Amino acid sequence: MTAQTAEELSAQEFARIVETHRPQIFRFLLASTRDVDLAETLTQECFLKAHRNWSHFRGDSTAMTWLMRIAINLQKDHWRNRRMQFWRQTRSNSVDVDEASEWLPSGERTAEQQLLARERVGQVWKAVEGLSERQRTVFLLRYVEEQDLGDIAKATGLSEGTVKAHLSRALGKVRAELGGKR
Amino acid sequence: MNWFESKKGTAAGPQPDAELEQVLVDFRQSAHAWSEAEFNRPRAVRVAAHSAWRHALAWALGCVVVAGGVSGGIYEHRRDVVARQLAHDRILHQQQLAAQQKANETDESLLANVDTDVSRSVPAAMEPLAQLMDENGTN
Repeated sequence: MTAQTAEELSAQEFARIVETHRPQIFRFLLASTRDVDLAETLTQECFLKAHRNWSHFRGDSTAMTWLMRIAINLQKDHWRNRRMQFWRQTRSNSVDVDEASEWLPSGERTAEQQLLARERVGQVWKAVEGLSERQRTVFLLRYVEEQDLGDIAKATGLSEGTVKAHLSRALGKVRAELGGKR
Repeated sequence: MNWFESKKGTAAGPQPDAELEQVLVDFRQSAHAWSEAEFNRPRAVRVAAHSAWRHALAWALGCVVVAGGVSGGIYEHRRDVVARQLAHDRILHQQQLAAQQKANETDESLLANVDTDVSRSVPAAMEPLAQLMDENGTN
């Protein structure tokens, strides 16, 4: 196999990975920021960074875990930079909690049940907003991306025990938010 | 069996109760539906246009500020030069006046001295005669 053929195969493989995982990375970033434009920008940056480092990816973890780790770091950098640039306009495009909870498939519910479910989902969004950065990341990876603790630990660079502790605290806060409004 | 049940007893971590479990399923479905809708929504590239417009405005404002600063500086400099020139002219004029006045004063004092000298050239012994001549002259 020539070097050119290997390069072409690698490029094809990367294109396939982008196609497969882009929606998931975007979803995680959207849930984290509730800002569509920001999520789109960070998703593009994530795949740009992944493309630059594609040759260094050894396959120790899945491509998804690797990409998620890049996305988490980009998100961290973004918030850090924003905190540093406090003198700049602090306009946020984040969607309101109520608006975010509108996106709930009705399923086989009655109108009343649907209304109640939306209210509860809104409360979860609100609780997520109040979580610390790590708690939020762990919570979203677990309950939106449906990842297990091992993958979350790899993506966040934390131990499984720490992930479990963050998850437990996050669940406690969500439960408290829901309990307080019942 | 739902997703949460399938994960129980595995590496799933802390388990929520049934009611919370249902809320979390709804939350996940809501996040997925929203993300899917936004992901498939065509977006116009308005950020770039906005950014270009902002750049142009920033450049225009920058140019105005620089031009204002430069012209202000030039005006100030010019005003300073004119003021200095006027002051110099005024001082020169005053000096000329003072010199002229001094020259006039010198001529007058010289003539006064001459008068005094001439009037005192009569010896003391001839003073009564001089007085007599004065009286005759007046009469």
